[in-house]
Amino acid sequence: MSRNPQAKGKLSLKEGSSLHAFQKVMKFIGRYRVHLVFSILLAAVSVVLQLYIPILFGDAIDGIVDKGQVDFELVAYYLSRILVLVLVSAAATWVMSVINNRMTYRVVQDIREKAIRHIQKLPLSYLDGHSTGDIVSRVIADVALLSDGLLLGFTQLFSGVITIGVTLAFMLSKSLIITGLVILLTPLSFVVARFIATRSFRMFHKQSETRGRQTAIIEEMIGNQKVVKAFGYEEKASARFAEVNEELKECSQKAVFYSSLTNPCTRFVNNVIYAAVALAGALLILAGNLTVGGLSVLLAYANQYMKPFNDISSVITELQNALACASRIFELLEEPAESPDPAEALSQVQGAVEVQDVSFSYDKKKKLIEHFSLKTKPGMRVAIVGPTGCGKTTFINLLMRFYDVDGGRILVDGQPIQQVSRHSLRRNYGMVLQDTWIKNGTVRENVCFGKPDATEEEIKKACVEAHSWEFIRRLPKGLDTVLNEDSLSQGQKQLLCITRVMLCLPPMLILDEATSSIDTRTELQIQEGFEKLMQGRTSFIVAHRLSTIRNADVILVMKDGRIVEQGNHQELMAAGGFYSHLYNSQFDRVS
Amino acid sequence: MMRRLAVYLKNYKMESILAPLFKALEVVFDLLVPIVVAQIIDVGVAQGDTGYIIRRVLLLILLALLGLCSSVTAQYFAAKASVGFATKLRQSVFDHVQRFSYTELDTIGTSTLITRLTDDINQVQNGLNMGLRLLLRSPLVVIGSMIMAFTINVQCALTFAVSIPLLFAVTFCIMFVSIPLFRKVQGKLDTVTGLTRENLTGVRVIRAFCREQGSVEEFERENRALTHFSEFVGKISALLNPLTYVLINIATIILIQRAGVQVNLGDMQQGQVVALYNYMAQMIIELIKLASLVITLNKSLACAGRVVKVLEVEPGMQYPTAGKTADAAAQNAVEFSHVSFTYAGAGAPSLSDISFSVKKGQTVGIIGGTGSGKTSLVNLIPRFYDAGEGQVRINGLPVEEYSKEGICQKVGVVPQRAVLFKGSIRDNLKWGNENASDQLLWKAIDTAQAREVVEGKPGMLDFAISQNGKNLSGGQRQRLTIARALVKEPEILILDDSASALDFATDAALRRAIASMEGKLTTFIVSQRTSSIRQADLILVLEDGHLAGKGTHEELMQNCPTYQEIYYSQFPEERPTKAAGKEVLA
Repeated sequence: MSRNPQAKGKLSLKEGSSLHAFQKVMKFIGRYRVHLVFSILLAAVSVVLQLYIPILFGDAIDGIVDKGQVDFELVAYYLSRILVLVLVSAAATWVMSVINNRMTYRVVQDIREKAIRHIQKLPLSYLDGHSTGDIVSRVIADVALLSDGLLLGFTQLFSGVITIGVTLAFMLSKSLIITGLVILLTPLSFVVARFIATRSFRMFHKQSETRGRQTAIIEEMIGNQKVVKAFGYEEKASARFAEVNEELKECSQKAVFYSSLTNPCTRFVNNVIYAAVALAGALLILAGNLTVGGLSVLLAYANQYMKPFNDISSVITELQNALACASRIFELLEEPAESPDPAEALSQVQGAVEVQDVSFSYDKKKKLIEHFSLKTKPGMRVAIVGPTGCGKTTFINLLMRFYDVDGGRILVDGQPIQQVSRHSLRRNYGMVLQDTWIKNGTVRENVCFGKPDATEEEIKKACVEAHSWEFIRRLPKGLDTVLNEDSLSQGQKQLLCITRVMLCLPPMLILDEATSSIDTRTELQIQEGFEKLMQGRTSFIVAHRLSTIRNADVILVMKDGRIVEQGNHQELMAAGGFYSHLYNSQFDRVS
Repeated sequence: MMRRLAVYLKNYKMESILAPLFKALEVVFDLLVPIVVAQIIDVGVAQGDTGYIIRRVLLLILLALLGLCSSVTAQYFAAKASVGFATKLRQSVFDHVQRFSYTELDTIGTSTLITRLTDDINQVQNGLNMGLRLLLRSPLVVIGSMIMAFTINVQCALTFAVSIPLLFAVTFCIMFVSIPLFRKVQGKLDTVTGLTRENLTGVRVIRAFCREQGSVEEFERENRALTHFSEFVGKISALLNPLTYVLINIATIILIQRAGVQVNLGDMQQGQVVALYNYMAQMIIELIKLASLVITLNKSLACAGRVVKVLEVEPGMQYPTAGKTADAAAQNAVEFSHVSFTYAGAGAPSLSDISFSVKKGQTVGIIGGTGSGKTSLVNLIPRFYDAGEGQVRINGLPVEEYSKEGICQKVGVVPQRAVLFKGSIRDNLKWGNENASDQLLWKAIDTAQAREVVEGKPGMLDFAISQNGKNLSGGQRQRLTIARALVKEPEILILDDSASALDFATDAALRRAIASMEGKLTTFIVSQRTSSIRQADLILVLEDGHLAGKGTHEELMQNCPTYQEIYYSQFPEERPTKAAGKEVLA
């Protein structure tokens, strides 16, 4: 351990933030104070009773001395008390579990609700910068681990402490000497467990590292098995796998063996303690300081006394784990939200968009859009062109106010967009992205996404105009067919997205043409859908098709995130710059 | 299923017999303990024989020591056998998958195979390890306790005989009821997870349509349903502990009562009552362990079943061991005669009645809509799949008659999805030819238009590509996969829509470079863009798996309506004026 001072420093830092996280978690749990108090009370009741019952059994056994010396009345008295207490204890245990469940599930629910609300307000720069999987795992897995670990850990810790205290008290009531003996000897079992744990930790570490390498090979080779086959790489893949596999075998066998030593070894120590208690107990009985029933109680306790210690040590790791999860969740919850929305709303607009001297970049060190200006009249078509990955979506991000400009301003009908509410701005735009997003739900839910109160008439009309009616009609349940990730082709998805916008018919449009993977027929339908939409509307189109580009009023040519040229087709061709190069390459002939 | 898996345990026969045996030995030592304690009370204490007491206590320690030794031995054998078994099983599943043809890979799915090789086999290993150690132990303790009880006093022991099956019944009843309910909880949790993901992936659309509030409401609805259902299930499963607790204690109460009667009659001594009480306590612990063991074993048995299923899939494609060599003088590089092909499990053929022939050195363009069969067609050339009807020939020889290596060397494929592997650029390119010199690699890189990619990386050929080539852009990966196929120096090169991430200029330069390569390289170019294939010597136009036309660009423009439709959809300005109805108004 001491060989790695860096790890130590990290740990103490983590503990500091853990404490911080703990306080914040308590705020969520605060609502369930009453539950918590009851849970602790019930835990105490059930633990005390469960420990007291062996004593009563011991007392009952003391009533059974020898032939003709059985005090049946006494035995029956104790046994009937036991029965009552067993029932009470069982009931307490059950109610405690129910309360604990309720508490954990409610806290999970509360945190998740808070998280999802917060996500709606987070700036897109945060969401774009973090992988979906990471955020989902924070909202789902981390929250569950947090509440399980924290609440259950807490009650377990509590009942563990009570168990130890009560056990000691009961043992003391039977024999001072034996209690002292047990207290002295138990740490031995800890030492043994600790010793094995530190030894096996290193082997486990090696095992998980090797297993990680093996999983990487599996994912790479099996995941791309078709490429492996195409290049006849099978035997080499097998050989590479075998090498790691053998390595894993070596360290796995050791790790599994060493870690499985913990149980037998601690059991051995316990057995020795048991023998010691038996010896001391027998001698004490001879000396007249203990009864046989008392010895049977002490023997039972000698074994039980160990368990809470093991529990507590595992609970502590669990708690640490839970707090680590908590800090991941709070990182998300405390991420600053978007700037507050102004109350003023943008009313029905004509569609005159003006970009005034706008500068923007994602990374403040790397300049992207600088001093960009553009003026469109209502109904104008603006095409944005450039090679893949040149940042065409950046412009969309600014228009929709997914991101805020760094300098300059954007006006719609003369009103700066930063001075109106985001909702009122976005309601005036219709957006169809190439990366089609379809909700898990029915076709109807998807079509009505922007207008939940649309009538059946309106829906059908929009579908027909967007050319999606033809395929929707043929779906098993028409509009009420439940969709998932792959029930529609890429082209159909795009048609559905067009329909979604068609139903709202906002005065301005943002469209993104699909690059590939769509068959010609669907592509024609999509184009017609786009055409229909664009009639009389200011539209910004991320264009790949030459016809679209050539028919645009203004073409913005982008390269490496920057707008390099601006003008219509004729002007740009005459200029002979990047655009003309791009255009000509399409007709380039192989000589 | 067991027999299939037993093979992998063959080398560990001794270990897998000895592990449970030693575990059983430990149980015997454990079970002797209460008897010895009873003797201490009934003989030592009763007669006040201190020497006897000390001897018995030493016996207890000896028993503990023997127990430790046999347990450690058992753990050792169990670890050796289970890990060894899993290692062998994993290797043979991996090797087995290497023999799969594309058809098997399609039907099973690679993500499934990965899970089988990782999680499932690990579960099987855990199950075997636990099983070897505990499967014999817990029932032995339970039954042993009962037997020992019978040796002490038959009347009292009957309590054991009644309570054991009762406890089993209660435990399994609750498990039986709650396990399917837990699965339902999982289903509801999946819904909530799905909604969370949806809120993130669809964030732009949700915000564009101002649906934040609606999304939150939907999430909260599902989230609350999950909470309610979880609480309900929790109430049921929380019954298990208190119920077994009550049962065991009632059994103990009855036991003590009976014991009182027996002692009173003089059939039993007080120490033996303590022993019976201890047996009862020991049994409870083992019973709880057994219940959780059954769950674990059940899980790993299910995993084992899934792994065996993979092993039972037979590779569907056989190669002749000694492949024939083709006639070097053959005119046609590739010939299809009346080829039809249907994917396994598919209802309709993906290719029907395709015939064409390609001369050595020609360039073939293949075009058509999504799902028209372009990829299926080219996949038949390197025999990734076998044609259902008709024949595919390379250099005049049917593809089935080539050895695996023979056909692999002849055909270089650049698949649609550009996949690179962890390792240096050099390692990746050498997939095509292990012995390729750097000079050859650079030549391929040049042809693939990838020189700027490689030269732009630190270490150039030694640049370390991360898993799945994540540290390269899509276009860079595509160019490197093309280079990889060229390193193989194939006679036939297939580019399956593999220039889609390249801009028009690079795409054109690439085609020019390939066309000017020395030797008679026959090239197949699959593309959505007519501009990529219009220069080809032969263009195949596919529609719904049929050959809708074949010929040069000029010929097809004359006689193939499908081709014309595709062409004009991409170059509407070249459409003859009378058909210009779709022309967009500016």
